Amino acid sequence: MNLLIKGGRVIDPSQKLDGTLDVLVENGVVKEIGKGLVAPAGAETIDASGKYVVPGLIDMHVHLRDPGLEYKEDIISGTRAAAAGGFTSVCCMPNTKPTIDNKAIASYIINKAKAEGFANVFPVGSITYGLNGDRMSEMGELKEAGCVAVSDDGKPVNNPELMRRALEYARGMGILVITHAEELSLVGEGVMNEGFTSTEIGLKGIPRIAEDIATARDVMLAEYTKSPIHIAHVSTDGSVRIIREAKARGVMVTCETAPHYFTLTDDAVRGYNTNAKMNPPLREATDVAAIKAGLKDGTIDAIATDHAPHHLDEKDVEFDVAMNGIIGLETSLPLSLKLVDDGVLTLGQLIEKMSCNPSNILGLSRGTLKAGAVADITVIDPVVRWTVEADKLASKSKNSPFLGWNVTGAAACTVLAGRVVHKL
Amino acid sequence: MHGRGDLMANEKTVIMDNSGIKRAVTRISHEILERNKGLADVVLIGIRSGGAFLAEEIGRVTEVIEGVKAPVGAVDITLYRDDVSGHLPHQAVGKTDIPFSLEGKRVVLVDDVLFTGRTIRAAMDAMMDHGRPACIQLAVLIDRGHRELPIRADFVGRNVPTSIKENVAVLFDDRNQPVEVVLEK
Amino acid sequence: MAEFKHKDIIALRDLTKEEMELLLSTAESMREINSRDIKKVPTLRGKTIINLFYEASTRTRTSFEIAGKRLSADTVNITTSSSSTTKGETLADTALNLLAMKPDIIVMRHSVSGSHYFLSSKMPGCSIINAGDGTHEHPSQGLLDMLTIKDRFGRLDGLKVAIVGDITHSRVARSNIQGLTKMGSSLFLAGPPTMMPPGAERLGNVTVCGSMQEAIQDADVVMMLRIQQERQGKTLMPNAREYSRYFGLNPQNLKLAKPDAMVMHPGPINRGVEMSSYVVDGGQSHILKQVENGVAVRMAMLYHVCGGELE
Repeated sequence: MNLLIKGGRVIDPSQKLDGTLDVLVENGVVKEIGKGLVAPAGAETIDASGKYVVPGLIDMHVHLRDPGLEYKEDIISGTRAAAAGGFTSVCCMPNTKPTIDNKAIASYIINKAKAEGFANVFPVGSITYGLNGDRMSEMGELKEAGCVAVSDDGKPVNNPELMRRALEYARGMGILVITHAEELSLVGEGVMNEGFTSTEIGLKGIPRIAEDIATARDVMLAEYTKSPIHIAHVSTDGSVRIIREAKARGVMVTCETAPHYFTLTDDAVRGYNTNAKMNPPLREATDVAAIKAGLKDGTIDAIATDHAPHHLDEKDVEFDVAMNGIIGLETSLPLSLKLVDDGVLTLGQLIEKMSCNPSNILGLSRGTLKAGAVADITVIDPVVRWTVEADKLASKSKNSPFLGWNVTGAAACTVLAGRVVHKL
Repeated sequence: MHGRGDLMANEKTVIMDNSGIKRAVTRISHEILERNKGLADVVLIGIRSGGAFLAEEIGRVTEVIEGVKAPVGAVDITLYRDDVSGHLPHQAVGKTDIPFSLEGKRVVLVDDVLFTGRTIRAAMDAMMDHGRPACIQLAVLIDRGHRELPIRADFVGRNVPTSIKENVAVLFDDRNQPVEVVLEK
Repeated sequence: MAEFKHKDIIALRDLTKEEMELLLSTAESMREINSRDIKKVPTLRGKTIINLFYEASTRTRTSFEIAGKRLSADTVNITTSSSSTTKGETLADTALNLLAMKPDIIVMRHSVSGSHYFLSSKMPGCSIINAGDGTHEHPSQGLLDMLTIKDRFGRLDGLKVAIVGDITHSRVARSNIQGLTKMGSSLFLAGPPTMMPPGAERLGNVTVCGSMQEAIQDADVVMMLRIQQERQGKTLMPNAREYSRYFGLNPQNLKLAKPDAMVMHPGPINRGVEMSSYVVDGGQSHILKQVENGVAVRMAMLYHVCGGELE
């Protein structure tokens, strides 16, 4: 299974590469990058002219719902959606049923993904056992089983003492803590961002300070314990500022945002659109601007989707009752490419945030096309125009606020360890 | 000038002029007094909008003749229409203004044009909801025929044979005084 | 005169000034029926109205029921205690089941803002009237308040209307702000900052006041909102006693308003909290007129949605 990807614009920030080149893949690894490479006998050739050839994209924050909630998504459908969206690796959050708080569940996910999946799946174990916020899970064994981080994503670790100890303990085990920063007492019964829109349409608001306070707390705990921390789904102006200042002080903090936080505002909720309901909620224009500024100046390291599939029955309900979250794997690339069009990021910076940085943050040994690296490669068609339609999505769930949107850019071809897993 | 019906049609004939209307109203007034042996227990109820103006007019004329004033009220029959469940947007509901009891009264319903009889049917239902009158009589300025219900006027200004496609309208001036009656093809 | 072409009445934000004027004009005509011995007209004979109440409300439900009956519709009441919701049926399924029984109008009260739009999407061909949704709108209350003000002043434009209380959680305030702004009134809101939502000043022709005194100064109308101890009592105010000291209407601070100012309250009243009994029962109180107008306004709403063409 050899492969020659010819004539594309190869962009690999890991080796500061940007030029029209050929990529030769042999036995699942990158053999050579250069001009005028000749395909060995029996190799498949992909014409990438007019396309970008980049290290396989990595989504460090998805929910695959497997095991236990397969009616929303499973490892096969979820990784198929990943491949369609140009992602060769995803990190799946532990709020499955049962929770990824032990070696057996982690192994099940890894094995199933290896056997049947269309992308690498790196599980994230839980910080606390059963996500109950009460007792640390077996982080050492989770790491051994293949978990690349721990997180209670979906809810915060409310108890500051427990969070402090988790950061310390995880540091000792060499595993990263990803925090869902949210102060629940400030969220109350809120269901959308607190602002003029919530005032006008009469939905209970979630103030930005609920995120900011928790971000500040976790950054301070990381600073105090000299432990690394990663802040998930940053959505507010305040959080960006707190992280920027912490980074300047040398705190080992990294963070991610999601395409919806730099694409939509809480105006999308008008009409009580449950597909615009997520946690943290869509914010306001000032926050969108701050997120873009944070991406531009490097405060925000990664773009992750927080792909959160929910069944129609969980979204086709009254707004307060609807579940939080939207799918994102198949819309992330075009929405993120727009940052390049809009001059927020260079193409190289975008690839860093969608591939190199997530790999570095989590130690995945991906995010590069260096000779000898695993041949996870995404070929991007930057000009193809398409419409987001429910029945064309590979994900089992269709809960996207972008349905009906006309977007530009898609994964023309996704290569997983030298094997073509998706072609447009 | 205003009146019932949409006066956009080209061909318009005056079938009763102002003095004709005055004579008809005077005659109807005399007939009402004769039939009811005066104005004792008589109340005049005009059907909005044209009938209400005519009822006021008959009230004035009968007062001149008789020296006493019969109570005059107005009824809006929108809520009693039999085509209210149609698919058209509901029209505004006019005010029914009957500030006295109809119990035991001799009600003279007044309308400008008697046509299918459906408006009168609705108005009689409305009267019944205001009490139990001793009797209901009907006075109209024009009877143009084409009845769809068994209804007959007691007092008629003029019978005007018409085709179903024609329109008859009583026009009123700004002070709601009847001006003329026109027939449109 | 404007035509009313809406299938539903969910929010006054969705209606034009002309449409609200039509509803108010029809309501004025409906009042005549309510003063008769025989308080019934045959207009909605054969129509079925379901009052679907997911929150307890004696007043609004009774008012809608009477309104329907006076128009000769058949009205059926469903309240949460007797519905399938306690057995876990979704609103969507409830809608489909009710739709199978071919009602003409559903009057719903629901605790979730916007749930009427959801219900309407599930019930084509059936009119939906909002009898209060969460903290969003309460259009029939807004209309009856406007009718009561119009009765008193003969107009709505150019009036100064003060609304005092928990604006954040008040659907009555939202409907009045939407409706009265379109009608040309000026609104002055007051309440503790814990009860003032962000951007309140952008809701309409609204001034957010720093104190209750500022809001009611020279007001034509003083509208007091209900304080629910179970909601506001937790974190939004110290207690009812202090609230009433700073945000309660009493004969003394009412003197700040115009001498002929009218006092209103959507009910039910906590006497001694948001209003002193001297004001509730005083000469400037129009609270019972609001209730009286409620029936006529709801008759007008039922009448007009029944005639509306599908949008």
